[in-house]
Amino acid sequence: METTTSTLAPDATASAAAAPPARRSNLLRRLGGFGPSGLLGLAVLLFWVLAALLGPWLLSHSMAAAGTSNVFAPISAAHWLGTDYLGRDMLARVIEGARYTVGVALLATLLASGTGTVLALLAAASGRWIDAVLSRGLDTLTAIPSKMFALIMVAGFGSSVPMLVVMAGIIYVPGAYRIARSLAVNINALDYVTVARTRGEGTLYIMLREILPNIAGPMLADLGLRFVYVVLLLASLSFLGLGIQPPVADWGSLVRENIGALAMGGASVIVPALAIASLTIAVNLVIDNLPGRSARERGAR
Amino acid sequence: MNPVILRLLGQRLVLALLSLLAVSVVVFAITSVLPGDAAQEQLGQDATPEAVAALRVQMGLDVPAPLRYARWLGGLLKGDLGTSSTTQMPVGELVASRLPNSLLLAAVTALFSVPIALTLGIASAVWRGSWFDRAASTAAVGVVSVPEFLVATLAVLVFAVQLRWLPALSFVNDIESLGQMLRAFAMPVLVLCCVIVAQMMRMTRAAVIDQLEAPYIEMVRLKGASPMRMVLAHALPNAVGPIANAVALSLSYLLGGVIIVETIFNYPGIAKLMVDGVSQRDMPLVQTCAMIFCCAYLILVTTADVCGILANPRLRHR
Repeated sequence: METTTSTLAPDATASAAAAPPARRSNLLRRLGGFGPSGLLGLAVLLFWVLAALLGPWLLSHSMAAAGTSNVFAPISAAHWLGTDYLGRDMLARVIEGARYTVGVALLATLLASGTGTVLALLAAASGRWIDAVLSRGLDTLTAIPSKMFALIMVAGFGSSVPMLVVMAGIIYVPGAYRIARSLAVNINALDYVTVARTRGEGTLYIMLREILPNIAGPMLADLGLRFVYVVLLLASLSFLGLGIQPPVADWGSLVRENIGALAMGGASVIVPALAIASLTIAVNLVIDNLPGRSARERGAR
Repeated sequence: MNPVILRLLGQRLVLALLSLLAVSVVVFAITSVLPGDAAQEQLGQDATPEAVAALRVQMGLDVPAPLRYARWLGGLLKGDLGTSSTTQMPVGELVASRLPNSLLLAAVTALFSVPIALTLGIASAVWRGSWFDRAASTAAVGVVSVPEFLVATLAVLVFAVQLRWLPALSFVNDIESLGQMLRAFAMPVLVLCCVIVAQMMRMTRAAVIDQLEAPYIEMVRLKGASPMRMVLAHALPNAVGPIANAVALSLSYLLGGVIIVETIFNYPGIAKLMVDGVSQRDMPLVQTCAMIFCCAYLILVTTADVCGILANPRLRHR
């Protein structure tokens, strides 16, 4: 389990983070389109993705090791973010936690958006009853509040990492499906799709070559938003002690572990909570400032 | 009431009941069918096949799943909620002792958050684009995009640790005076209010702006009515439906918030009961709590829909 996450998470983050091969000037121009707050969001996001990918190599072993008696130490030169309830360095714990918070959430988001998009394409491009069955079925899932769904799933299947990915994936499929379907249905009604159909193209061709390229842009923005939901859900679950299990910890479990520091006003409980906030706000800033979105759309958010 | 509205309301209710039935299937499937053999799990891998078979009969697992579901649903409807597998107490008793606490928490939160959120939402809609609107909207986005437990920990840090106004993470069980009760309730209610107010304010603001940008408001303005009159006498009566819808939908966020808040403040409510049930894999308890939560959620969402239907003038005068 340990190995599957550590191999899967970096792969997924790498493929999502890798910029398209573009010449330098092109890249700069693209970045300029984000505006100052978008760039700030992008920088914070990049920082956490790098922390998730490179975390283990950045940290010296002495930092991650447990066992000093210096429990809940305040911020100092030796421990930039203080120490946790076992005297471990908080900076090291937060960077280690990034792998779980960012990695698991990213995998779950990709699963949810991918499944939702595929089902939506299927619903839009094929016949009426497939659409009706899919839409009704997925609507049923939204009748269960997301945190409640997560609790039921953990009660049934435990909270291993693959299980958490699948769980968060399933919970956010209906949302992704609904957005993708409403986009896909509109595209499906356009003349060039009718032409392709008349030409005798199959459903798969219509789905992948005619509709998918036209809904990919908005779905990418939706992916960001869904990522925020997944991060919040998984962090809350870990905070309840039902998500990522010790000895490894994501940022939600770090808050839980160090809740005792609250009475002393210690940094170790606030730092991981602020890390979550910085990640979700950064993603929101990036989505709100995506280049190519009209000013009107931006204002509406 | 005209027949169109009645038919729509009827459809809504039937839909809600069908959803609830579907939810019960999902809950039962996830908690007792899909995870595999509970008897085998309880006895471990080394148990003899005979022992496992005997326990399965005792637990009623030898009957096919659909029949088990029917029995479970029947028990639920009759109020027979089964026995908690950890405490061996009837689930009904456990739930009955906790449910009033949670309802009280929700009621107090609603009592405070609804007037505050409506005032803030309407004010920022009327003064949209002003510094007040921008500050309120930014704060609301901030609260919505961070986890509830961050709001809770910050509140504890400020009010209990720095200012020492309120007790921190412990909930007093034996409350003797009104003052004690207020102090004990203050933190959970404060945190829940933050979360709900942020949601409700955003939706209220959107609903009122929707009305303020309608052509008839332009007409009211040209007629020379005061801004106060324009908002209170003309825009608000038309925004009541969407606002009621927003209130009901926002209150459904209570259900998520209450899970975190009851846990962090150790509040003896039903959400805490469920979280404990989940960590001990106490299935009868989890099933009952889940159904109560989903029921409350569906009631709120359906109420939101019904408010929307009743307030739609196009349906009223058909």
